[in-house]
Amino acid sequence: MHIEVTQLNKQFGEFHAVQDVSFSIEKGRLIGLLGPSGGGKTSILRMLAGLETPTSGDIVFHGKRVNDLPPQERGIGFVFQNYALFKHMTVFENIAFGLKVKKQSKEQIRERVTTLVELTGLKGFEHRLPHQLSGGQRQRVAFARALAPEPQLLLLDEPFAAIDAKIRQELRTWLKEMIERLGITSIFVTHDQDEAIEVADEIMIINKGKLEQKGSPWDIYKSPQTQFVASFIGESTIVEDISKLKGFEAASAHPGVKALIRPEYIEIGKLHEFKIASATEPGRIKQLHFRGSEWMVEVTVGDITLITYRSLEKDILQPGEEINVLVHRAYLFTNDESWIMENRLKEDPMPVHI
Amino acid sequence: MKKLWITLTYAVFTILIIIPLVRIFIGSWEEGWGGFVEAITRPQSLHALYMTGIIVVTVTIINTLFGVMLALYLVRATWLSKRLRQLLNSIVDLPFAVSPVIGGLMIVLLLGPNTIIGSFFGDLGFKVVYALPGMILATLFVTFPLMIREVMPVLQEIGTQQEEASSTLGAYPFYTFWKVTWPSIRWGVIYGVVLTVARSMGEFGAVLVVSGNIMNKTQTATTLVYQDVENFNVLAANSVALVLAAVSFGLLLLMEWAKKRREH
Repeated sequence: MHIEVTQLNKQFGEFHAVQDVSFSIEKGRLIGLLGPSGGGKTSILRMLAGLETPTSGDIVFHGKRVNDLPPQERGIGFVFQNYALFKHMTVFENIAFGLKVKKQSKEQIRERVTTLVELTGLKGFEHRLPHQLSGGQRQRVAFARALAPEPQLLLLDEPFAAIDAKIRQELRTWLKEMIERLGITSIFVTHDQDEAIEVADEIMIINKGKLEQKGSPWDIYKSPQTQFVASFIGESTIVEDISKLKGFEAASAHPGVKALIRPEYIEIGKLHEFKIASATEPGRIKQLHFRGSEWMVEVTVGDITLITYRSLEKDILQPGEEINVLVHRAYLFTNDESWIMENRLKEDPMPVHI
Repeated sequence: MKKLWITLTYAVFTILIIIPLVRIFIGSWEEGWGGFVEAITRPQSLHALYMTGIIVVTVTIINTLFGVMLALYLVRATWLSKRLRQLLNSIVDLPFAVSPVIGGLMIVLLLGPNTIIGSFFGDLGFKVVYALPGMILATLFVTFPLMIREVMPVLQEIGTQQEEASSTLGAYPFYTFWKVTWPSIRWGVIYGVVLTVARSMGEFGAVLVVSGNIMNKTQTATTLVYQDVENFNVLAANSVALVLAAVSFGLLLLMEWAKKRREH
């Protein structure tokens, strides 16, 4: 289903939960609504479902304005954060609910439910009640129940939030595959950036009720358009005065500029490990933290502390050790502008001017 | 010290509940089975029990229907402002706080034969006060909070998500209520019904004020017991009281059963 949202607003009394949000979603895409809790993601999802009425703005499905349609008539499937399974009904009855509402025949219902039960790997659990299932199984039931009436759009509210970390990983992959296989347009809400990056074709970053940026996970990571997006996606250190760092002196031309540097923009090591040694500057190891698969290193350059990661395969560093640091690039921003600055010295030291 | 407290607790329990019950039982059997049967087959006894029966049935039906609806509105109706809902929610408890006698008096003052509304209905040949409608009204007033207080917490606990899920699956409100909401609140409602029956059966003060306690007309079982005691007909009083106590006891068992079911 093609979705077009224009100038969507939602106010709860004084609180402006969603502000002038516009976007369009192509058929068959899997979209992640990402942002901090209380940022308005769920409100957007609920307005798409018809569970909440927009204060203003239009929601258009397939070229048809659906603002005034109740949820029953929107052709959507909704997976709730806590699944909201009907607790007095068995797995079979839960999945069959939407089909019974549609007054389908017993055989049709049995057939469709059996297909879904197999698809979601719930075979053998049809007669269990929700409280007899594990978190992951409940989520699958909720998913199967939402899919049963063949919706055109699937909406998922924090679908993995209530599941423990290990199974969550498994379910993410499972859900992504399942949605791709079915080709159904889907939107899910999450506050977990890893989840959004891993699962979604496209991410919409929502903060304080505003759509900050929409794009593929890679685009958002590579070229964040606002300071919020830059700091929300990936890890980063904020540097107040970047012009003190070697190769970024030009930044002093912009008064009040701040910089955001991701760990992966920083390289540390002995001088001989660098190709362009002239771009590095000396630093000192402040702290080392073991992070399971790598070291997190706090390194000070002058009075600036930077954070980066170092492979376990490389020489083990010691706190207080002298080390060379190369900052590849930084994300610079002032109050109303932002851009990416590459390390000037990293480019060919003797460029050929034509 | 602990033993003393336990003994004391049992003593209080015995004095307050067990002894009176035993006393009623013994009192009604003073002249054997015959005396008991005679006492409760007096025309005024049968009529009083009949009146109590009618009141219990009518009040329970009305209270269940409107109690469940009001509970739904108080919890779910987001179109009512929060303030208004809070206000309504407090008003619901009013009958708990106000003495039933005062409740009855309010009805007499509002609908009595000398009031505007009362005389209007009187002219239509429909007597409210000192007749069955008034007694039903008075009992409704007293039992009103019971159903709502049973159903509201259950509704709050189950939340709105299951109902919303139902609506996204294409079900309209009526279907959703019967298939999704009702199975969850069913035991709460049954519990509320039991409480309403018990309370309307035992209501005395409000009914006494409203009914005028006219024998064979507006007398209920409880007001008959009162009159029998006044007339020193202790045997009859005990017998009617025993019937009420037996029904209450049966209800109590039903309530325990309902409570256990609800916990599942």
